[in-house]
Amino acid sequence: MKSLKGKSKGRFLNNSEKAESCVPPQNISRRNFFKKMGAGLATYVVMTDVLASQVFSPYSPLKDEDQLASWIHLNPSGNVTVFTGKVEVGQNIRTSLSQVVAEELSISIDHIDLIMGDTHLTPYDRGTYGSLTTPQMAPILRKAAANLREMLLHQAKEKWKLGEVNLQLEKGFVHHPSNGGKLSYGDLAKGKKWMKKMDEEVPTVAPEAWKVAGTSVRKVNGRDFITGTHRYVSDMSLPGMVYGKILRPPYKGAKLKRVNTGNLAGMAGVKIVQEDDFIGVTARDSRTASVALAMIEADWETTPQPSGKDLFSHLVNTGEDQTVVGNALESEYLSSDKQLGQEFQVQYIAHVPLEPRAGLAQWTGDELQVWTGTQRPFGVQEELQRTFDLPKEKIRVYMPDTGSGYGGKHTGEAGIEAARLAKAVKKPVKVTWTREEEFKWAYFRPAGVIRVKASTRNGQLSAWDFHNFNSGGAGIETPYEVKEKNHQYHRSDSPLRQGSYRALASTANVFAIEAQINDLASTNQIDPLKFRLNHLKNERLSKLTEITADAFGWVKRNKTTNNGFGMACGAVKGGFVATFAEVKVDPDTRELEILRVTAGFECGAILNPRHLKSQVVGCILQGLGGALFEAVEFENGDIKNASLSSYRVPRFKDTPKMEVVLVDRKDLPSSGAGEAPIIGIAPALRNAIFDATGVKINQLPMLPNGIVPK
Amino acid sequence: MKLTVNEKEYEVEVSGNPNLLEVLREQIDLTGAKYGCGEGACGACKVLVNGTPAPACITPAVSVQGKNIITVEGLGKEGQLHAVQQAFIDEDVFQCAYCASGMAIAAVGLFSKQKELTEQEIKEGMNDNICRCCTYPDIIKAIKKASENKINL
Repeated sequence: MKSLKGKSKGRFLNNSEKAESCVPPQNISRRNFFKKMGAGLATYVVMTDVLASQVFSPYSPLKDEDQLASWIHLNPSGNVTVFTGKVEVGQNIRTSLSQVVAEELSISIDHIDLIMGDTHLTPYDRGTYGSLTTPQMAPILRKAAANLREMLLHQAKEKWKLGEVNLQLEKGFVHHPSNGGKLSYGDLAKGKKWMKKMDEEVPTVAPEAWKVAGTSVRKVNGRDFITGTHRYVSDMSLPGMVYGKILRPPYKGAKLKRVNTGNLAGMAGVKIVQEDDFIGVTARDSRTASVALAMIEADWETTPQPSGKDLFSHLVNTGEDQTVVGNALESEYLSSDKQLGQEFQVQYIAHVPLEPRAGLAQWTGDELQVWTGTQRPFGVQEELQRTFDLPKEKIRVYMPDTGSGYGGKHTGEAGIEAARLAKAVKKPVKVTWTREEEFKWAYFRPAGVIRVKASTRNGQLSAWDFHNFNSGGAGIETPYEVKEKNHQYHRSDSPLRQGSYRALASTANVFAIEAQINDLASTNQIDPLKFRLNHLKNERLSKLTEITADAFGWVKRNKTTNNGFGMACGAVKGGFVATFAEVKVDPDTRELEILRVTAGFECGAILNPRHLKSQVVGCILQGLGGALFEAVEFENGDIKNASLSSYRVPRFKDTPKMEVVLVDRKDLPSSGAGEAPIIGIAPALRNAIFDATGVKINQLPMLPNGIVPK
Repeated sequence: MKLTVNEKEYEVEVSGNPNLLEVLREQIDLTGAKYGCGEGACGACKVLVNGTPAPACITPAVSVQGKNIITVEGLGKEGQLHAVQQAFIDEDVFQCAYCASGMAIAAVGLFSKQKELTEQEIKEGMNDNICRCCTYPDIIKAIKKASENKINL
């Protein structure tokens, strides 16, 4: 077990571990479980029991017994190992999932080890995204741990020859009801090879009685990160490993015409790999690899590519499915007393995970091991399978806790590149992307255009027609009651590579919805909070909005000449968000100062208040970037600001005064929280700027030049 | 060439003019300092050079010969964490924590000039360091706590 633990946390593989790791072991299955894990007690959960077909991938034709959602194993030392296909990219789910297990088993967090993101050890998982870990994986592990607890109780009763009695569990011991004796979990697991399928009926601890779940347990392994001991993939190395670099086109769409690698002849230790358009070099150190790469002479065939200046017209012109709205909506709109039509534009932004993509690959015969930072280790395994035409059993992907993703690491580019180079040079290869590569060759949050027209009749919303070009459909539906409504997402041709980003298109859609609502309230001279509450039908959202408004002091707000107040609310991915902001705009310089932000969030029963608050704060501040200044500049397919000195992300000095209001609903199931809180900050600021200046800014970012337009 | 890192001397190879970050990570296997941007714009690679934080990614290794280099691995003494590291753990600051080493070095650098820091001084002093998870308020809080405790700074 020791070696498994080390690897799961991404430390360097020492020699003895390496010997074992050379031959990827067989997947753990029910049949070989105790052979692999040693004696003990175990529970397992079959995926179809819990999640039906929704998380099961068509790429994974596993036998039924292998379609597992999770394993939990208790060994004779009293340590619990939990296997889950979810991965840690900074959401601190290693902590929250451990809390859930600790709660049911009445043991200390220190006795729990989570094995995450190792395709040979953990059950299949489609990926860690969409805020699904907390609502889907946490209940599974909670149930599985509760089952393990029942097995322990059963063992204890058998040992003590007791009938039906209630036994107390505490800190890894089962207590005898009368004679003061106690049995440790380890003793109860000794010599046993008992495995049980999870029984759905076993009760779990009620949230009101939680002692570990629901508390601010600190980040698991926190010390490793602050001492530099934790090994991210970019920190790993293997004996004999070389460093790889890949030849990239000068910009998107360029095709290789001719290449000359003659200059590299005689460079010590440098190897060139060329397979059609895939050209890379390896060297004993990354400096030499970079120099060698720069010495390759390549000619590229260029074709005109889109530029940023044409972006929004391009997205609208290529938008699919532009059907005409129904007559009822149109006539309601036209006959209403107040109408408002607006267009919103949203730029591409980059995730900028502080750890750029990294992959380390090693071949042993026809078996492949890849370490890479990805939100989808099993997806990368499938990518590798397609690349090398290998059976999946021969490919093992490891995902050590990684330097963030925010939706930007669903793919496995660096791992695949490392594997291709490693195969060619017959040595382990590490490929770490530079920041420039990360900007140019990863993917972006989609740009988008939103067109909305809406009307009110006697202060009530009457018609709502909402069209999003390219951003996506997430969060597109208005939470407000409207008589006639229509919302549509139109796919467009995206000039740049795009993909998931924290909260997906909700940020863009909620920005437009909340700006439109704000402006309609203003046109009707109704307080924007009151106007919203008049139309909100979701009680959780209205309640949170009212609580947050109180905390902010909305009703008593004091509007002066240069300051302004704005708000926004919304519900996505099971989380409810209300954000309030006060800003000041300097009348001469037009500089914006965010005086304060109050953010309310409700996501059911809170698992870890401190980490939840951290996610909310992180969302708001990261959201500030896309709201105010982040934008990808591109011209003829080339990214013009592909560096951290030219692409501005939020920094310490951008941090405004903030208050976070967390509403704990122990009566409701927990939802994820890593995404939803990002949606409120942009529209709240936009509406506050409008309140301060009368200027409607309908673009994200709002202040690309740093000043509020007149 | 000889390099003094965390009070130990290392023989390193500098023929290709590598930067300090490459030497630390690839030759000495000290991977606490991270690559983040390659242009000294994010702070992830910071190390102390004669007590002053420097971005190792744009510092030529040959330029620090004979100087005292401390990486995050060398901040603690005899198994004890540095007060700044302890404050980061006490406040449970980090999410992905890739920025953590650079943050610790930058904060230690701040304290070498001044033991008491206001929130504004922390923001100014730490502004070269990026945390993409945006845990800034908690980092500020932790540094303030360390500043108030004044132990072992």
